[in-house]
Amino acid sequence: MKDWDDIAQGILKGQKRAIARGLTWIEQGRNDGKQLAQKLFPHAGNAQVIGITGAPGVGKSTLVNALTLQLRSQGLRVGILAVDPSSPFSGGAILGDRIRMQDSVMDAGVYMRSFASRGHLGGLSRATFGALTVLDAAGFDKILVETVGAGQSEVEIMQLAHTTMVVLAPGMGDDIQAIKAGILEIGQVFVVNKADRDGVDHTVRSIRSMLALASEHPAWMPPILKTVAEDGRGMKELADALENHWQHLTDKGLLERFRWGQTEHLIEQAMADIGDRLVGRARSGQEWSHWVAEVGTGTREAEHVAEELWRQEWRED
Amino acid sequence: MIRVLVAKPGLDGHDRGAKVIARALRDAGMEVVYTGLHQTPEQVVDAALSEDVDVLALSILSGAHPTLVPRIMELVKENHMDDLLVLLGGIIPEDDVDPMINLGVAKVFGPGTDTNDIVAFIRGRVEVV
Ligand SMILES: Nc1nc2c(ncn2[C@@H]2O[C@H](COP(=O)(O)OP(=O)(O)OP(=O)(O)O)[C@@H](O)[C@H]2O)c(=O)[nH]1
Ligand SMILES: [Mg+2]
Repeated sequence: MKDWDDIAQGILKGQKRAIARGLTWIEQGRNDGKQLAQKLFPHAGNAQVIGITGAPGVGKSTLVNALTLQLRSQGLRVGILAVDPSSPFSGGAILGDRIRMQDSVMDAGVYMRSFASRGHLGGLSRATFGALTVLDAAGFDKILVETVGAGQSEVEIMQLAHTTMVVLAPGMGDDIQAIKAGILEIGQVFVVNKADRDGVDHTVRSIRSMLALASEHPAWMPPILKTVAEDGRGMKELADALENHWQHLTDKGLLERFRWGQTEHLIEQAMADIGDRLVGRARSGQEWSHWVAEVGTGTREAEHVAEELWRQEWRED
Repeated sequence: MIRVLVAKPGLDGHDRGAKVIARALRDAGMEVVYTGLHQTPEQVVDAALSEDVDVLALSILSGAHPTLVPRIMELVKENHMDDLLVLLGGIIPEDDVDPMINLGVAKVFGPGTDTNDIVAFIRGRVEVV
């Protein structure tokens, strides 16, 4: 694979290898990855991005597998991104979501990729944003993003999704945890998986009462579905619920607003990149240590330094 | 960041060894995609391609390496994955090592290999971006 233009062409044709390499560049935060995401952005905006979140072990990956089979039977192409935490000790990670997705990922109409969270603040949501752009531009109709739990970075990722699906399983511990973590507020579709087990209706009731508490007349009333991901029960209903939410976004004109917000986000990122570049260059300049000392003692304002960096940038052009 | 696919092609009944390797590589700071038991060569190569890994670490205990590895290497070539480092571990008789290397396997690690040796070998061969 030569340069980012070749990769971009390959991605637009939906070639797995080009998609895979493009995602690597983006994950590494490389400059050509950023260029790639920008170039592809105008080609994106057609896919429904569906976030799937929930406590460890509730069956998210199994559900992604079963839902993918359902969507494929409807003739839809599916891109999958599964994010697992990196080890805070070594920085490494074991990415095991693919184990449960073996039935669905070999299909030519499916692409699945595992990402490690890599523990960098903000970096994960940026990499995810870029990755979603790539998968969208590659022509996938539905993009499923699996993340664990409801930490700050997971909530950020879920903001990149059109539809967020919160997965729970029967068992008192799970729902209380989810409610505490504020996970209920971000869901548009609720799934009680492992419906083959005892206590399903109890979990459904507790979600329903929490939702009623949250809002009296919501514009979108989140449905609560029961599934058995292991044998595919409830997948047709789940696919329908996700489609209904997509239709709701379309009908209310919310999709355009979403796209507008994402485009603004792209500009903000470009702005931040310029800032990073200027600071990086200034650090190796002669004036930097004076400025830092002056800001530290209050003889110069930090904002003044920033303005000076911008001014120097203009003078050079 | 070095990305590794630890794969178990064939009909082996357990994956303890593969999991030990996966954890050792994680503890050495690598990202390890693990796909579970009973993978076909097609699944292994599709995963390596999709996950864009630097290293494919195969674990085969069943003695089926003379059929599995040639097929995997054929698919690797078909997909032009020229920069992929392929390692083989498990129970591989001495006489089979050279034929495996001739197929394009970079190194064969026998049972009881110190995981540090595997880490060191990968670090020596994969350029980190
Ligand atoms: N009984 C039952 N078990 C299920 C069901 N769905 C998944 N499981 C099992 O639940 C376990 C966890 O499934 P995963 O799909 O890996 O769960 P996950 O939420 O992706 O887990 P993490 O990625 O580790 O957070 C596995 O042993 C599955 O076989 C179900 O509908 N019923
Ligand atoms: Mg999972």
